[in-house]
Amino acid sequence: MTRDAIAIKKQDNVATALRNLAAGEVAHVGREEESMAVPMVEAVEFGHKFALYDISRGTDILKYGEVIGRATADIPRGAHAHVHNIESLRGRGDLVQGS
Amino acid sequence: MMQFQGYRRADGRVGTRNYVGVISSVVCANEVAEDIARQVDGAVSFTHHQGCCQTPLDLKRVNTVLIGLGSNPNLASVLLVSLGCESTAVQEVAAGIRACGKRVEIIGIQDCGGAARTRAEGTLIVQDLVSEACHIKAEPCPVSELVLGMKCGSSDTTQGLSATPAIGWLSDTLVEAGATTVLGEVTEFIGAEHIAARHAATPEVGAQILELVERMENRAKAVGCDMRGGQPTGGNIKGGLSTIEEKSLGAFAKAGTAPIQAVYEYGQKPTKKGLVVMDSPGREPEILTGLAAAGCTVIAFATGRGAPQGFPFVPVVKITGNARTWEKMRDHMDLSVAGVIDGSESLPQAGAKLLERVIEVASGARTRSELTGYTRAMDIYVLGPVI
Repeated sequence: MTRDAIAIKKQDNVATALRNLAAGEVAHVGREEESMAVPMVEAVEFGHKFALYDISRGTDILKYGEVIGRATADIPRGAHAHVHNIESLRGRGDLVQGS
Repeated sequence: MMQFQGYRRADGRVGTRNYVGVISSVVCANEVAEDIARQVDGAVSFTHHQGCCQTPLDLKRVNTVLIGLGSNPNLASVLLVSLGCESTAVQEVAAGIRACGKRVEIIGIQDCGGAARTRAEGTLIVQDLVSEACHIKAEPCPVSELVLGMKCGSSDTTQGLSATPAIGWLSDTLVEAGATTVLGEVTEFIGAEHIAARHAATPEVGAQILELVERMENRAKAVGCDMRGGQPTGGNIKGGLSTIEEKSLGAFAKAGTAPIQAVYEYGQKPTKKGLVVMDSPGREPEILTGLAAAGCTVIAFATGRGAPQGFPFVPVVKITGNARTWEKMRDHMDLSVAGVIDGSESLPQAGAKLLERVIEVASGARTRSELTGYTRAMDIYVLGPVI
């Protein structure tokens, strides 16, 4: 089966779209040796990420098996995961006290 | 042993090109340096925005970087173009380059009596230098003589899955053969520094890596805002990268699996063979200049969205894993590894293809940036203000 999206490590909670995915379709996600089917709840462009599970606000976002940021809102399974609902934890001069 | 056709220099280093460098000593001499190089086939100019009205620390760096650039084995000889009143230590720079056994000439605009006279006199000097350089012939050299710079830019999410791991494979293979590979872009270690530190050959090198990353993150934080938008860039975000951590983890795949032998300052020439790290930001002009000053003779550059930049005298090989970019930005791309994404090609297959391409380019084959003349991504990375 061709892959519509790819997740790198088993512990990842987001996958990367390998083509433009439309809301309502089922994306076949390759993850290491396995494959999983994720119903898309919104459109996700090529190269962008979506949630493999329901991710609640405050949860670490995992890609390459590593933390790439934190959810700033609940992200339902199959929803676009990007700058509108993920924040970086690094280089945050805005969070430095007194600034 | 794999070989390439290179130019062996007096100091034993081997170049992949045989240009005469016309190097501007200060921002105020740029136009004349460019004009002179344009007059003579076989000459290239290096221009920048530094060399005056800066902190002493930065002025010292300008001298060091200019010496490093002039000493790069891709240059047979050098003409330094000076204004005459700048803070760059022009004689010291010339002496630093001559120390590697190269001919260096100096021309001053205020000395000569204006731009027109300097252009005329400089052009005659460069004609002479080029006709001398023509006698140097390329000879077969082992790939252990290559110094490979590594970079990624205009990144998207395909990169960390294909093009940067292919560069990692290339770096591992060259290191195995005895070459030196240089990793910069310390901004893109942020979020991947724990992995970088694990790569260190010794605990001291590991501590130096963590210190470099902290220094870079503090510089970004000092301005009091979230650096997102600056890093990752607006284009990165359009390509699907959400955070610097995500960008870093993808970028760090360029390191491959070899141990990091040493950490160097910006533009410093590595004294150790194998994989090394050099302090530098991620922006193209500054990192390409830093890699060239460190003595890199060929650069492998992964790009998802299609970065066109090259450098005047170090060939830059562009690799993309994005099939659409390969299609749309064809005149700027040297190699597609999109097969790794769609599953039609394995990473070692893509890596072997890249190695072959890099050896061809090191032997004189023109890169796309050389063919299109998109080779002006250059500037010196400084830390302090212009004063």
